[in-house]
Amino acid sequence: MSRQTSRLDAKKVNSELLTLTYGALVSQMLKETENPEDVNKQLERIGYNMGVRLIEDFLARTTSTRCLEMRETADKIQQAFRLYLNMQPTVTSWSSSGDEFSLVWDQCALSDWVEMPNNGLRYCALIPGAIRGALQMVQLEVQCWFVQDQLKGDAVTELRVKYIKRLEDAVPAGED
Amino acid sequence: MADDIVFELLHSEIINYALDQSKDNTNDKKEVDLSVVEYIGFAAGYKIMERLTREWPRFKDELDTMKFICTDFWTCIYKKQIDNLRTNHQGVYVLQDNAFRFLTNFSNGHQYLEFAPRYVAYTCGLIRGGLANLCINSVVTAEVQSMPSCKFHIHVQRT
Repeated sequence: MSRQTSRLDAKKVNSELLTLTYGALVSQMLKETENPEDVNKQLERIGYNMGVRLIEDFLARTTSTRCLEMRETADKIQQAFRLYLNMQPTVTSWSSSGDEFSLVWDQCALSDWVEMPNNGLRYCALIPGAIRGALQMVQLEVQCWFVQDQLKGDAVTELRVKYIKRLEDAVPAGED
Repeated sequence: MADDIVFELLHSEIINYALDQSKDNTNDKKEVDLSVVEYIGFAAGYKIMERLTREWPRFKDELDTMKFICTDFWTCIYKKQIDNLRTNHQGVYVLQDNAFRFLTNFSNGHQYLEFAPRYVAYTCGLIRGGLANLCINSVVTAEVQSMPSCKFHIHVQRT
């Protein structure tokens, strides 16, 4: 690939910088806490915090309306993946009751150039955290977990999303 | 290709993480250890520079390298060029950005000025890492006098 102009491709550079920054964060966390389980938890929480804010941007940009069932929600999540990470996950493996599905992808911007230590680290734990955070802001409680992970030698990465319940409006904890 | 907002959110979460860490490690509430943020910037800067300059013509000299940082590098990441580059030709460079991306979301007054160092630490690391990859060892510090403008001081270390 040759470059015609002396300009860099800003979108690509930004995307790569995100990948590298995330990588630096994860390796820094591993250095500071010995236990990979703790790192998973922290990454999940970071993802959650990001999701909580990301949903606002998503709603503003897509002018989405209320989802009436999980299938619509799944479509929206898929759309968000495309919008924010330029990924194309497929939605499959619906449970018969329609409250549980899988997102499957074989390429992820976050996990480029990653070499995994063999220690139970879930490198992409950010993503399920973000989904949980974002959905919580639209009154949906879900559970997300990895079934397969490419970084651990599986052919694809499969993320399972399970609907738990609808959250009712409530006063935030700690405020009267 | 990932969207910009994801990077911005990750950036603030890295700061958040560092704040949590330093809360655990020290009892002093005012003192915040930003070295983690700086280091993450350094690691990312070091690696991204390797990729950016792969097909780039060799830089003539130090000043040429700085110009690359001020224009192409900065435009990619911070959506605008550096507004002003000064140097004493003895290894000190001052880069001034009048609307620094990570500070533009703050109100322009002095209200949040004390938090500004948190939001420039990553970039200090990014510059230092980028330069380190190009074999220029430096110390980078930042100075915020009024939001959202920011000055980065680069002191090249000569041995």
